Amino acid sequence: MADVTVDAKGLNCPLPILRAKKALKDVPAGGTMEVLATDPGSAADFEAFCRTTGNTLVENSVDDGVYRYLIKNTA
Amino acid sequence: MSDALENAKSMSIIVTKGTLDWAYPPFILGTTAAAMGVNVSMFFTFYGLTLLKKDLDLKISTLGNPAMQMPMMGMHMAMPNVVSMIPGVDRAATTMMKNLIKKKGVASIEDLREAAVESDIEMIACQMTMDLFEFEKGEMIDGIKLGGAATYMENALKSDINLYI
Repeated sequence: MADVTVDAKGLNCPLPILRAKKALKDVPAGGTMEVLATDPGSAADFEAFCRTTGNTLVENSVDDGVYRYLIKNTA
Repeated sequence: MSDALENAKSMSIIVTKGTLDWAYPPFILGTTAAAMGVNVSMFFTFYGLTLLKKDLDLKISTLGNPAMQMPMMGMHMAMPNVVSMIPGVDRAATTMMKNLIKKKGVASIEDLREAAVESDIEMIACQMTMDLFEFEKGEMIDGIKLGGAATYMENALKSDINLYI
């Protein structure tokens, strides 16, 4: 179970990233955050976000149009 | 703020346009960059200055946007410049765009601007444009700075990315 879940379904660029970044503040170091999104562009964007900020994208999956990202706070 | 310091990258954006469509690129890039730990400074000049007004009433102009295509009933409607002369067309295009924005889950400019303020983006209003178009600082949102070309240049010279939009 992730420490924080962000429901960004139905939101378009750049809102999923902005919501995730805001919620990441409440994730303890080493903790995880789950982000749910329906924006197909978010797949590339969350990879880029994690690479740039030094957080770890533990999981990146899509099921029935819902993208799920599990991000570990390692920044 | 801690990751902002670690990353230590910075970006400046000159914002020159104040229509609803052109308001998006600077605010999307600015807020996203800030979310990625980049220090962002936005310099609002000429028509971009209106994006700092407390009351936003942004509109689309079909004039000068000959490539604009609005989705409509499964097709795309072209917006040739000549239709801009017809009264009500720009208002209709603005309404269509605002409906699309809502329907597609795209952020409003008001929301993005609020995100920009929250993420400590430095927003500078061009003093010369304020004088030229007779704007008062009281009409603008709180937390902005006033400055001129030298203020921008100082930021730009130490920034990793400088954009003109």
